[in-house]
Amino acid sequence: MAQRTVTVASKVGLHARPAAIFAQRAAAAGVPVTIARPGGAPVDAASVLMVMTLGVPHGEDVVLEADGDGAEAALDDLVAVLATDLDSEDAPPPAGAGA
Amino acid sequence: MTTVAGVLHGTGVGRGAVVGPVVQVHGAPEIDPQEQVGADAADAHRVMAEAFDAVAARLGEQAAAARGTLAEVLGATAQMAADPALRAQTLARVDAGEPAVAALDAVVDGFAAMFEQAGGYLAERVTDLRSVRDRVAAHALGRPAPGVPVLERASVVVADDLAPADTAGLDLALTLALVTERGGPTGHTAIIAGQLGIPCVVQVRGATDLPEGTEVAVDAAAGVLTVDPDDAVRAAVESRRVALAQLGEDTAPGRTADGHDVALLANIGTAEDAERLVDAAVEGVGLFRTEVLFLGRDAAPTEDEQVATYARVLTALGRRKVVLRTLDAGADKPLPFVTQPGEENPALGVRGYRLVRVAEELLRTQLRAVARAAEQTGTDPWVMAPMVATADEARRFAELAREAGVRTVGVMVEVPAVALRARDVLAEVDFVSLGTNDLAQYTMATDRLRGELADLLDPWQPAVLDLVALTADGGRAADRPVGVCGESASDPLLALVLVGLGVTSLSMAPSAVPGVRFALGRHTLERCREMAAAARSARTAVDARAACLALADADVREVLALG
Repeated sequence: MAQRTVTVASKVGLHARPAAIFAQRAAAAGVPVTIARPGGAPVDAASVLMVMTLGVPHGEDVVLEADGDGAEAALDDLVAVLATDLDSEDAPPPAGAGA
Repeated sequence: MTTVAGVLHGTGVGRGAVVGPVVQVHGAPEIDPQEQVGADAADAHRVMAEAFDAVAARLGEQAAAARGTLAEVLGATAQMAADPALRAQTLARVDAGEPAVAALDAVVDGFAAMFEQAGGYLAERVTDLRSVRDRVAAHALGRPAPGVPVLERASVVVADDLAPADTAGLDLALTLALVTERGGPTGHTAIIAGQLGIPCVVQVRGATDLPEGTEVAVDAAAGVLTVDPDDAVRAAVESRRVALAQLGEDTAPGRTADGHDVALLANIGTAEDAERLVDAAVEGVGLFRTEVLFLGRDAAPTEDEQVATYARVLTALGRRKVVLRTLDAGADKPLPFVTQPGEENPALGVRGYRLVRVAEELLRTQLRAVARAAEQTGTDPWVMAPMVATADEARRFAELAREAGVRTVGVMVEVPAVALRARDVLAEVDFVSLGTNDLAQYTMATDRLRGELADLLDPWQPAVLDLVALTADGGRAADRPVGVCGESASDPLLALVLVGLGVTSLSMAPSAVPGVRFALGRHTLERCREMAAAARSARTAVDARAACLALADADVREVLALG
């Protein structure tokens, strides 16, 4: 079981655009990934609805977990996503959101 | 589906006329949650899984084809439709034997409740979640997809009413006309249609019963829909289209037949609107609704962002006049960062200039941004505040604006109190501009969004004309400009009355300018004054219009289909 703890960098917290981008990357990770607030129940990181429901504000920690082949690399990638301010203008737009 | 008579009546917006096939916009389907999906639980599982996939794929395609905000909204909705938790929880309930739509409803309701409890941004996503629910349920049951369909040919779009999000989803290049069963002439759909020059008829009973693909002639000037038009109706539509196109070629400044100047200006909401005016035959912008920059956001735009937008507008207009209205939020235009929650009467609450009481910095920032943009571009924009009610408020606004470096300061006349005391108000500011839609709403105590009360909101109501006259008298006494930037200015006949009452400039949707320019050029100032006097002597709105029509030039009546 691979595990990482990371601080949410996005100013609006982990919802809106940041949650959408994060869930999309988690869905593309190739292994099932969960996300939880420290001590809380883990939820499917690929579900934007569940991720938004966690309501993680800016500057708080979340715990990511994954199992299986490629779990370590997948979590490293997702940690990098969460450590970026995804609400800034130069953040990558959610896939399917057009130009 | 009921049979429809040959001619349907409603309230027209604009002067255009077109013929085209009907495309219906479907509302959310009324579905009994117990309705059977599939032969058994396993079949229901398959049907629902397929419905989630199809809806997510369709929304994804629409997002990819869209641009800007619409693309983002559609992309976010597509992601919800593809959400693994929404799908897994729904299918688990279906597997357990629950009726499929009821299962979907229960899961969506669960998320909606959590989102609503969280409030703010999440609460606003509940609408998207429900629209995913409606689409998946409709697909599973083989019903037409709710919302605006993707147009495949030039069409007349018919709806019960259109939400702003629906209007955003329209392919305007293929939208020949907009027709709604409900909605009012000053509502959202009508204003958007006027802005874009799309013929529009609202409050057309029976419109939503028209079968898909029915050919209809839409005459916005007459407010009439003709089903399966004959050759004579088609020829009349064509000749009106040609006459209106010819009016569009006249680019002279606004002037009465005897040479009295009346500036013809455009109402705009965005920098893109301003950039479309670069080659347009308008003398400037009489109303720049800055709130469009603030709508749909979680926080106010920064001062620098505002400077950039205002500078784009000022650059596009060059040496032409620009009147910028400060943030008009509240009532039908709520903003999460300033609107007072839980107001029982938002139209009478903390809106427009009144926001200064709870968020003065917001106004100061905006005024500083305007002054900086003016300096950057070497221009001299005028700035006015909405929803001012007293001379003291006008004075305070003028102080704030001048402190920030704005040179020409005015206020809107929307509250009857200001019209009645125009002299006092004009002693504090450099100009006023009548917002006739809100002035009618507050004079007649009638909600602008209630289509069934449209007769009370008739801009020809003599009481409203009296208040315009009082305001114009105040302007004359103080020798200061009195403009009109409401829908009234775009009605060529009413525009003549406004000029006769003493209004010095008319600002409207750019598409309305050619008709007003033509009407002005065919009447002398003296004739406009006679019309104004006739309108004010009438007892009712209908009589007022009829009296003016009798004094109007015959060519103008004919070409503009005034009646």
